[in-house]
Amino acid sequence: MAIEFKPSPSLPPPVNSVGAVAWVRQNLLSSPLNIFLTLFSFYVLYLLLPPVVEWGFLTATFSGASKAACTGGGACWAFIAVYFDQFMYGLYPSEETWRINLALILLVILVATFAVKTVNKLYLSIGIIAVYPVVAYFLFAGGIFGLEVVETSLWGGLFLTTLLGVIGIVASLPLGVLLALGRQSNMPIAKSICIVFIETIRAVPLITILFMASVMIPLFLPEGMNFNKLLRVLIGITLFSAAYMAEVIRGGLQAIPKGQYEAADAMGLSYWQSMILVILPQALKLVIPGIVNTFIGLFKDTTLVYIVGMFDLLGRIQAATHDANWLGTTIEGYAFAGFVYWAACFGMSRYSMRIERKLETGHKRN
Amino acid sequence: MSDINMARAQLAPGEKSIIEFNDVNKWYGDFHVLKNINFSIKKGERIVVCGPSGSGKSTMIRCINRLEEHQKGDIIVDGVEMNNNLKNIEAIRKDVGMVFQHFNLFPHLTILENLTLAPIWVRKMPKKEAEEMAMHYLERVKIANQALKFPGQLSGGQQQRVAIARGLCMQPRIMLFDEPTSALDPEMIKEVLDVMVQLAEEGMTMVCVTHEMGFAKTVADRVVFMDAGEIVEANEPNSFFNNPQHDRTQNFLSQILNH
Repeated sequence: MAIEFKPSPSLPPPVNSVGAVAWVRQNLLSSPLNIFLTLFSFYVLYLLLPPVVEWGFLTATFSGASKAACTGGGACWAFIAVYFDQFMYGLYPSEETWRINLALILLVILVATFAVKTVNKLYLSIGIIAVYPVVAYFLFAGGIFGLEVVETSLWGGLFLTTLLGVIGIVASLPLGVLLALGRQSNMPIAKSICIVFIETIRAVPLITILFMASVMIPLFLPEGMNFNKLLRVLIGITLFSAAYMAEVIRGGLQAIPKGQYEAADAMGLSYWQSMILVILPQALKLVIPGIVNTFIGLFKDTTLVYIVGMFDLLGRIQAATHDANWLGTTIEGYAFAGFVYWAACFGMSRYSMRIERKLETGHKRN
Repeated sequence: MSDINMARAQLAPGEKSIIEFNDVNKWYGDFHVLKNINFSIKKGERIVVCGPSGSGKSTMIRCINRLEEHQKGDIIVDGVEMNNNLKNIEAIRKDVGMVFQHFNLFPHLTILENLTLAPIWVRKMPKKEAEEMAMHYLERVKIANQALKFPGQLSGGQQQRVAIARGLCMQPRIMLFDEPTSALDPEMIKEVLDVMVQLAEEGMTMVCVTHEMGFAKTVADRVVFMDAGEIVEANEPNSFFNNPQHDRTQNFLSQILNH
């Protein structure tokens, strides 16, 4: 008679391989080199942190009407406090800035609604993609329902930065997908158009494109056909970023095994069905780090619009540092700009990591 | 190919064939991968295609649903000629299920979504109905309790059974199997073959590229041996295994049966 096989019971892991002590051992003190690096890092922090804290907080001045009020010897945050509205909204009339805040709150509410399970996601997406931009546009520009008209030349500060960044990001992703698919397609004309577009745009610096958009295009257009500079700049930024996006997404498309295309074909799915339902969800998921990379680059590149006379967050800060009352506040200004950009980009990066984890289905590639 | 075998590969006149290859030729660049393939398959027939690797057997069955294009000759599937007409191709693909060596399940979709994708989008079936049908086929391949998992969480044998169920969900008239057990661990081959045998017993038209000679012996109506892009010999399994006509076939059989 055969002997019955019983697997031995699982034992708990050794004590020193879990918990805080194990974490310190594994991450900080795992080898002589790591022990040295850990100690060295603590030393560098010891050198850097106290002066920064002292300058930024202990001896800093938080309120005052001019640089003269900053007598503590530390940072002059009063400068930021006085100019805060301008940094946020540019020259947008201060009694109208509630419109920008309202649009922002609306967007936050709409996006947060995604977390509610009972809401129809399709209608919500249509709301965000099709309806919201129109509402936001009229809120910003005014001209209906008795809202005062605000020229786009007054738009600025973080508001302009966000506007350029968000519209550039939202518009360049679908455009990039189309370009990537075009470049992969079997249709020779579509393929050549996409290749020429991508390679041309990628070979040109963003500044050139912005110059083209703001200075050259009006020269070529017939009299009276001129359209808004902000719109031209937006289109320039979107096209620029779409070209980069296309190549990132093409990388994702190439990483999808041929078998996936074949399985979709064999089921009788049409080209667009197989792309939208099978290939793109996988390809986009693979290249989330690359996409976010492009997004972050785009967000920071929007500062270049100061070249064509638009004052985004950085432009506003630079202009304010030239104020005779606040001379010598450049460091505070740049520190503030750096903090805002860092917060935005770090947020994007964390958010993308969350999406990646959420989309993880534990599959092996085949 | 001898005249005798040509005749065996041909159908008796008057019988309705569901797949027909007439003088089919295909090249990959300069490489002549299919040479004058003449073959027809009757409705409900179970065909096993075998042969050494590189002999063109996968290419041949992939021509049936035009995953590969042939360059000369005609392939007629279910009365529809396979040509560049996209409508024809899509019509045939609706009726032909395919199972791949590497399963090719969609890793971003659950098992259930893998099964309902084509019925919902190609057959325009309501979601609920598609899900009921999917669960029915999942029960048939004995995997219904895994419906909400992702493919990556299943073993190879389970994945391949899901792939078979996915093919069946389109309610195809023909099922193609392209080396369905070649990527599986030995322990899992049987569970997949069992499903295929069950399917064969229900009268599905099947074309199966495989090295599982046991499967060929038990279920095949005819076994086709290919080498160097040609059909060397096609015969019912008893004669094929016990009395192969060509020395190339004898050679091949002695290689795979005596080890």
